[in-house]
Amino acid sequence: MSTEADVVAPGIGLPEGDETEQQTLWQRAVGNVKSGNLGVLPVVIGEVLIVTYFSFTATNFFTAGNFVNVILQMAGVTMIAFGVVFVLLIAEIDLSIGYLSGIAALTAATLQLPDGRNYPGWLCILLALGVVAIIGAAQGTVVAKVGVPSFVVTLAGLLIWQGVILRELQVRGVIQIEEDWINKTATYYFSATVSWIIAALVTGLYALVALSGLFGQQRAGLKVRPLPALAKLVGVAVAAFGVVAICTHATKPAACPEGTPLAEVCTQPLGLPLAAVLMLVFLVGLTFLAKRTTFGRHVYAVGGNAEAARRAGINVARVRILVFMISGIMAGVGGLILAARLQSVNLNVGGGTLLLDSISAAVIGGVSLFGGRGEVRGALFGSLIIATIANGLNIGGYKTGTIYIVTGAILLGAVTLDTVARRLQERSGR
Amino acid sequence: MSETPLLEIRDLSKTFGSVQALTDVDFEVRRGEVMALVGDNGAGKSTLIKCVAGIHGYDSGEISFDGEAVSIHGPKDAAKLGIEVVYQDLALCDNLDVVQNMYLGREVRDFLFRLNEPVMEQHTAETLESLAVTTIRSIRQPVASLSGGQRQSVAVAKAVQWNSRLVILDEPTAALGVAQTRQVLELVKRLAEQGLSVVLISHNLHDIFEVATRITVLRLGRDVGVYERDKTTEQEIVHAITAGVPTKIAGIAETAPEIVA
Ligand SMILES: Nc1ncnc2c1ncn2[C@@H]1O[C@H](COP(=O)(O)OP(=O)(O)OP(=O)(O)O)[C@@H](O)[C@H]1O
Ligand SMILES: [Mg+2]
Repeated sequence: MSTEADVVAPGIGLPEGDETEQQTLWQRAVGNVKSGNLGVLPVVIGEVLIVTYFSFTATNFFTAGNFVNVILQMAGVTMIAFGVVFVLLIAEIDLSIGYLSGIAALTAATLQLPDGRNYPGWLCILLALGVVAIIGAAQGTVVAKVGVPSFVVTLAGLLIWQGVILRELQVRGVIQIEEDWINKTATYYFSATVSWIIAALVTGLYALVALSGLFGQQRAGLKVRPLPALAKLVGVAVAAFGVVAICTHATKPAACPEGTPLAEVCTQPLGLPLAAVLMLVFLVGLTFLAKRTTFGRHVYAVGGNAEAARRAGINVARVRILVFMISGIMAGVGGLILAARLQSVNLNVGGGTLLLDSISAAVIGGVSLFGGRGEVRGALFGSLIIATIANGLNIGGYKTGTIYIVTGAILLGAVTLDTVARRLQERSGR
Repeated sequence: MSETPLLEIRDLSKTFGSVQALTDVDFEVRRGEVMALVGDNGAGKSTLIKCVAGIHGYDSGEISFDGEAVSIHGPKDAAKLGIEVVYQDLALCDNLDVVQNMYLGREVRDFLFRLNEPVMEQHTAETLESLAVTTIRSIRQPVASLSGGQRQSVAVAKAVQWNSRLVILDEPTAALGVAQTRQVLELVKRLAEQGLSVVLISHNLHDIFEVATRITVLRLGRDVGVYERDKTTEQEIVHAITAGVPTKIAGIAETAPEIVA
C-alpha cells in the first residue's frame, strides 16, 4: 500500500511547510466562523447568557443544589439526543425515540416486578436495551433496504409503540420500580472522595490520550501542535474539577440527629451524581465511535454524499441500519434514566415533549438537519440549554406554556443559525 | 503471453427502464496502454465505465479481467481487481476534508482499530505533492470549500494513490486550469509507462491525440470502432463520433482495422 512511488512527478519542488501548520488557533477559529463552521460556540455563549439571566431573576437558581438538579433533569434527554445526533448525521429522522424510551422503561419495569419475573436489575436493563435495539434495527432495515422514508417509518413507530405502552399499562396504570440497579442510575451520588478521584481520573486519562495523539503526529512526520491540545486539556480539567466542586457542595435535606433543636434544618452533602458520570461515559464512547472509527467516518460520509459513499465501497444500508439501532439503544438508555428518576413507569412514559426536546437538543447543539455536520457533544450542550431554561423558568414561577414558547424560540434560532451557516459555507466554496 | 487484454468487454448491454443506454458494446484495454473513450453527450461513456466499476449492474454481456471472466457486483469488487475510477461527478463528500475523502472506504487503522489520521494525512500530503497539487491551502479543510478544479485534482489523486492496475478517468480535466491539465496528462502518460492501463474519457480530441494509444468511439450506446492513434486523424474520429456506423451490424465491415499486437 505504498502509494507515492507510483506517481512521483519528476522535478517538482514544493514550498516547504504550507500555511496550515503556521495558522494559530485564533486564525483557525476566525476562519471557521467565516466559512460557517460555528461548532459549539453559539451554544456556549447562549448557555452563559441564560445562566446569567436566571441568576439575577430567579432566586435559588444559582445554587449548587440546583446545579445538581439540572444535571439530573437533563440526563435522560441527553442520552436520547446522543442517538439523535447519529440519525441526523445520516440526514434521516427518528420520530419513534420518545416512545422507544418508554418501551425500554416498560420492559425493564415489567421484568423486575417482584410478583412477576423478578429478574435481577442488570438483566432487566440489558433485556430492555436489547428490545429497543432490535426495534431500532428493524425500523432502520425498512428505511435502508425497502427505501421507505424514515419520517414515515418512525412516525408509524411512534404510533405503534405508544399503542403498545397504552395497552400494556391501561390495566395496571403504574408500575413501581423497586430494583436498585435501575433506580440508582438517577439517584446514586458518589461520595466526595470518590467524586474527586473521578475528576482526577478524567483529567489524567484525557491527558494520556492527548499525549498519544501528539506522539502519533510526530511519528508520522507531521508538525506537532501542542498548544491547542494543552488548551483543551486545561478546559477538561477545569470542567471536571469544577463540576465535582459544585456537586460536593450541594446538600439535600436529611433527618436530624437526636437532640437537635427543632428550628434547625439538617442537611447532608450530595456529591457527583452517577447520572453525570453515565452521560460522560456515553459522551466519550460515542464521540470515539463517531470520530475515531471507520464506522463513524462512514456515518459522516453517508450524510454528506450517500452516492459517493456507495461508490467508495461503503455498505450504505448497513450504516443506516446500525445508526437506527444506536438511536433505539440510546432512546432506551434515556428512558431507563427517566424512569429511574420517577422510580416508576406510568401511562405518560415516553410522551410529552420528550421526542421534541431530544431532537431540539441535538439541533440546538449544532447538529445539522441536512446531514453530515455535527458532533456528539452537541447533544450534551443542547440538552443543557433546554434543561437550564426549563429549570430557570420553573424556579422563576413561569408556567409550562412559557417554557414551551422560549424553548421553541431558541430552537428556531438554532435552526436559522444552522441554515445561515450552511449558506455561508456554500458561498465560501467554489 | 500478454496478448490477452487486461480488460475485455463483450456484448455489454444496459438499459435504464426504457432507455437503451448500451447495446452490445465491445471494449478492451491492453496492458500499459491509454485507451481513450470518446463519443457525444449521452453516448454511454459514463454508463459503460460505471458498469465496469460495479456502480451499475448490466443486463447482458461479459467482462473479463486479466483473461478471466469476472463478475463485478459492487465498487469493492472492482477495487479488489485493481480498478480505480475518477467519476465525472467526482463523487466526493463535501462535508469531509481532503484526507478523509482520499481514504474514504479504505481508512487506515492502527492496532487498536482506531483511524490512523496522522498516517493518512501524511500520505495524502505526499500524493498531492507528487501530483503537483499545490493550490490547496490545507488538506484538513472540507472539500466543500475547494474550487472545482481543486476538487477534480483531489478526485484524481484519490484514484491513483492505490496500487491499481486500471485507472479510469471520466473527463478528469474538464474543470482544470492549463497547468493542472498538463499535470493530469503527464500523469496519464506516466501511469502507462509504469505498466498500468488507463481509460481516458474526454471531449478534447487534442488531449486525446497527445496521450492515447488507441481510441474507442461510442455512438448512441454502440461502439462504432477502435482506432489506433498513429493511424487515424482527428477528422476521422469526429466523423465516427457524429456519424459512425456500429461495428456489429451484419454485412458492414469493421470501420477500423483491428491491430494485431
Ligand atoms: N442513472 C440513469 N438513469 C437513467 N438513464 C440514465 C442514467 N444514467 C445515464 N442514463 C442515460 O444513458 C445514456 C448515456 O448516458 P451517459 O452518462 O453514459 O453518457 P456520456 O457518454 O457519459 O455523456 P457525457 O459526455 O454527457 O458525459 C443517456 O441517454 C442517459 O440519459
Ligand atoms: Mg459522461
